[in-house]
Amino acid sequence: MAEKLLARKAGKERVEPGEIVEARVDVVMMNDITGPLAIESLREIAERVWDPSRVVIIFDHQMPANSTEIARDHDMMRKFAREQGIENLFAEGICHQVLPEKGFALPGLLILGADSHTCTYGAFGSFATGVGSTDLAAAMASGRLWLRVPESVKIVLEGKLGRRVYPKDVILQLVGEIGADGATYQALEFQGEGVRRMSIGGRMTLCNMGVEMGAKTALVAPDALTRRYVEKRARFPFKEVRSDPKAEYADERTCSLSRIEPQVACPHRVDNVKPVREVEGREIDQAFLGSCTNGRTEDLIEAAKILKGRKIHPRVRMLVVPSSRETYLEALRLGVIERLVRAGAILGPPGCGACMGSYIGVLAPGEVCVSSSNRNFRGRMGSPEAEIYLASPATVAASALRGKLTDPREV
Amino acid sequence: MPRAWVLGDDVSTDDIIPGRYLVKRSPEELGKHALENLLPGFSSRVKKGDVIIAGKNFGCGSSREQAPLALKGAGVGAVIAESFARIFFRNAVNQGLPVMICKGVKASFSTGEEVEYDLVRGVVRNLTRGIERKAEPLPDFLVSILRAGGLIPYLKSRRKE
Repeated sequence: MAEKLLARKAGKERVEPGEIVEARVDVVMMNDITGPLAIESLREIAERVWDPSRVVIIFDHQMPANSTEIARDHDMMRKFAREQGIENLFAEGICHQVLPEKGFALPGLLILGADSHTCTYGAFGSFATGVGSTDLAAAMASGRLWLRVPESVKIVLEGKLGRRVYPKDVILQLVGEIGADGATYQALEFQGEGVRRMSIGGRMTLCNMGVEMGAKTALVAPDALTRRYVEKRARFPFKEVRSDPKAEYADERTCSLSRIEPQVACPHRVDNVKPVREVEGREIDQAFLGSCTNGRTEDLIEAAKILKGRKIHPRVRMLVVPSSRETYLEALRLGVIERLVRAGAILGPPGCGACMGSYIGVLAPGEVCVSSSNRNFRGRMGSPEAEIYLASPATVAASALRGKLTDPREV
Repeated sequence: MPRAWVLGDDVSTDDIIPGRYLVKRSPEELGKHALENLLPGFSSRVKKGDVIIAGKNFGCGSSREQAPLALKGAGVGAVIAESFARIFFRNAVNQGLPVMICKGVKASFSTGEEVEYDLVRGVVRNLTRGIERKAEPLPDFLVSILRAGGLIPYLKSRRKE
């Protein structure tokens, strides 16, 4: 599927893994952390972006600004957007939630984002990959970029998830098995009835963490559910691509969903994954529900189910950050926000929240955080002496309730 | 002669430059915080041209291009690792920071030993111990980008020709 997609973008009949192609880009995205450098680089090589309707600027990591430096960066990016006639500047949530909502993540497109979790859009059947600021500038100037065609790996999800087990537990288990560099340069393609049954949000969670194994992109073939999501939102015409029945894969792996139990990635490695029950009882100071991995309405609903009518543990700060304005409004309408806030959670503005340690919810030395985000590297969320455990929204909520890491099936 | 700074596996871009420093800054300012969680005091002890020797998956995580910029700003001359995360590898070349893949390099060095390397021939030498390791030579077009000082200067110079 990845090869077919890149062949089409490179104007070729077919391409082979390892081949380097120059591909036409459909959408480029920058955020408030990577954008300023990309704009500076662009100015060195071109006066105008190749197509302002295909450039998307997102403020999400530090929005609204929490320092004069980032305020200056936001200002510089707003001016750039005005000068270039870029109308797609959004400051209402995380890039990886807002691009799909606004109709930029579509089947068959090639999307480059100056953010490593750009692979999230593979959930819609697009070839989407993270690049740095300079590569983004080169793509913005010409609408093209050279890419190495990745080997494809097929991951078949079979069967059904058990009670209070989620796509996050599936991807954590896979990261644990494959390792933090086990899929470097590869394209992961999720197949099988297990992924067909997953919501769009669940598929986004899977693809989002592809990069935590080093993958270049992660893909799910579009189906009726995808079409229903993109139909009213699509900004551009698009053409679906799916793999040939006889497609060849560098590797294949099958995962039986019914055997998976709630998982947690322990400090300080994303692939240090264990069942929650093995580390149950570890006391926590902070619980973070949000991020591009798990900050969607369905994630907030699962947490609210656990916390409804109850109070979180008095020692725990629970931070809830909806991934976008659309998520926020939907959760408000459903009464989910009220249930979470009544339980004692603090609500943050839609965006990246505590994930990157540069905004809200920073950790002190020795503190322990359970988080629904995607990275637990040392120092990621503040002090290098703090510890981060990655888990599903339900595990985050159950742990906030008890004040210690808790299997959500027990509450 | 450049000296080695030896690091382990899976050094993340959060290790190289923490998220709180990512607002627009000069390479020199970023360099003051390079690797500060992993090697406290690194930026004041590193000498211009010193080489980072690391294990597998160097530069994993975020796509922040501030990571190679911070290393360059601190004075690092090259990174030689068993393997790299793909976004970091591209970003390093684009910023003109030499990177080279060399199997077994981590075990061949201790911090402080003298390093010599040849990007074109793909060779790394530990002059202190007198040993040599074969690395993967860089393709010509990447060497040209590095020689120009990064992708932007490279594109500009090509435009002039």
